[in-house]
Amino acid sequence: MLEHLPALQVVLPLAAAPLIVLARSARFAWLATTAVSYLCLVISVRLFWQVAEAGPVSYAIGSWPPPWGIEYRVDALSGFVLVAVSLTASFVAPYAQRSIAAELGEERQYLMYAMYCLCLAGLLGIAITGDAFNLFVFLEISSLASYVLVALGAHRRALVAAYQYMIMGTVGATFYVIGVGLLYLMTGTLNLADMAERLARVDDVRPVLAALAFITVGIGLKLALFPLHQWLPNAYAYAPSMATAFLAATATKVSVYVLLRFYFTVFDPAPVFERLPTREIFVALSVAAMVLASLVAVFENDVKRLFAYSSVAQIGYITLGIGVDNQASLTGSIAHLLNHGVTKGAIFLLLGGIALRLGSGRVTIGALAGLGRRMPLTALGLVVAGLSLIGMPGTAGFITKWYLIVGAVERGWWWVVAAILASSLIAVAYVWRLVEAAYLRPAREGAAARHEAPAAMLCAGLAMVALCVYFGFDTTFSAGGAAEAAQLLLRGLR
Amino acid sequence: MSALAGHYSYWITIVLMVTGMYILVARGNLLKKLLGLSIVQTSVYLLYIAPAKLVGGTAPIVAPGFAVYSNPLPHVLILTAIVVGVATLALGLALVVRIREAYGTIEEDEILALDGGDEGR
Repeated sequence: MLEHLPALQVVLPLAAAPLIVLARSARFAWLATTAVSYLCLVISVRLFWQVAEAGPVSYAIGSWPPPWGIEYRVDALSGFVLVAVSLTASFVAPYAQRSIAAELGEERQYLMYAMYCLCLAGLLGIAITGDAFNLFVFLEISSLASYVLVALGAHRRALVAAYQYMIMGTVGATFYVIGVGLLYLMTGTLNLADMAERLARVDDVRPVLAALAFITVGIGLKLALFPLHQWLPNAYAYAPSMATAFLAATATKVSVYVLLRFYFTVFDPAPVFERLPTREIFVALSVAAMVLASLVAVFENDVKRLFAYSSVAQIGYITLGIGVDNQASLTGSIAHLLNHGVTKGAIFLLLGGIALRLGSGRVTIGALAGLGRRMPLTALGLVVAGLSLIGMPGTAGFITKWYLIVGAVERGWWWVVAAILASSLIAVAYVWRLVEAAYLRPAREGAAARHEAPAAMLCAGLAMVALCVYFGFDTTFSAGGAAEAAQLLLRGLR
Repeated sequence: MSALAGHYSYWITIVLMVTGMYILVARGNLLKKLLGLSIVQTSVYLLYIAPAKLVGGTAPIVAPGFAVYSNPLPHVLILTAIVVGVATLALGLALVVRIREAYGTIEEDEILALDGGDEGR
């Protein structure tokens, strides 16, 4: 049984989805989703420890040995991503019941759970598979499910947002397949480890560089790399609360994982970073994202859109680490997959509770007036998570920025350090707008007295806020695991 | 000329891909955008399938008298990609139907204009 854990990691949520559709009951759907989410967390933690103790785990699907069959491979990086995704899922699942019941009609609720399970299966599959084409299939499973999740939003704009997300996402996936196709033509293999070995012996570099370009742009669309992020703000703003929290915390992060995997373990790092100005491009785009998207967030009135733009900026931090490209900066990048996931997940979970009490899908800054008295715990949680976005010491966000700054200083790129600090200051500005509205403005007339979000939703949100603080103090898993993964990625360089 | 004739499948791939991308960018009709997307995806099918076929190659079944086989793997991969493409198109069409129900139009500029009106901040 234990040796089949890598397969079960994906099969459990994948099998749960059709069962939920067959059962047609919202209650069963919620129970199954929660059970699957927790089982996935147990499996991924167990795999992570197994990798830490005994090295990478390889699992041959259908007993066909790699490179002929599809290989599931868990190493320090994929193990870390698996834990990050299933950890988020284990907070979102208990939250889902009240949130979905409030936002969707009875007859559509179980379908939302089914889509969520499919999305989870796809994301875990991307992280665990060692096969380039299998990765594409999982990418599309998770993406198609997330288009539906977005489209289930209450406002009709959710449909348009989902459509735009679908067009951009499909172009991204198609570009990725083109890249993989070119690599397959050059190497004759789809197994990622095998491909890396054979690519080193390929003489004609031009198709490989074209493949690199297609994969970069394709995955860049999926992970909302500035300026390919246009789909993200509307998709996050109009999706149901639970979908926003889950997608913001996981979907873009897993795409970053794909990029890391291809850059550092498949393409021989030398041609990637030496033959093309990849480093410069990534640093330039990341800095633009960190500064410009944060500035847009300062002037945004819809709170969900505000945090969506903040996500674009935070993804900038993650890709900045790829551009700076040393042990410290990559540790920062990988740790931020988890740290930002936890922070943004917490924020969107709490916003879901606020939207529920306001009785509308839209939460504007003005509607937050007096929140500190009406929903004191929610407001406090938002502020703490906001501090983590800014990068206050004692929160998860600080750990990331610390490593990124150390990485930039090692390279002697002081202007990058300045950009990180500038972006943090702009983050102070948009978080302050929330604090100002919540604590300093009087509540609107006729607003209800103290009325917190339902207990299950509030607890899930606050538990995630607690994680933000926890990862700010105990970095054995977050930064420690990320450092292991960064070492694994950079081994190819030496 | 030989580069053109010898690699004609690649040229067709490129033409299809660029055509699809053009439709995707230039057309405001949501249905036409989906068509463009499908054409781009079709070009990828060709990119995989064409190099896998050898002139004179047979199905990859070991039998006396046959030495040249076509590569079955890209065909199988593209079978999967076609399924993904069909699923995407189906979802896209479903979204277009829902958008038409909600807005009464499937022209992108008209939809944006309709939503601009009820901003209501």
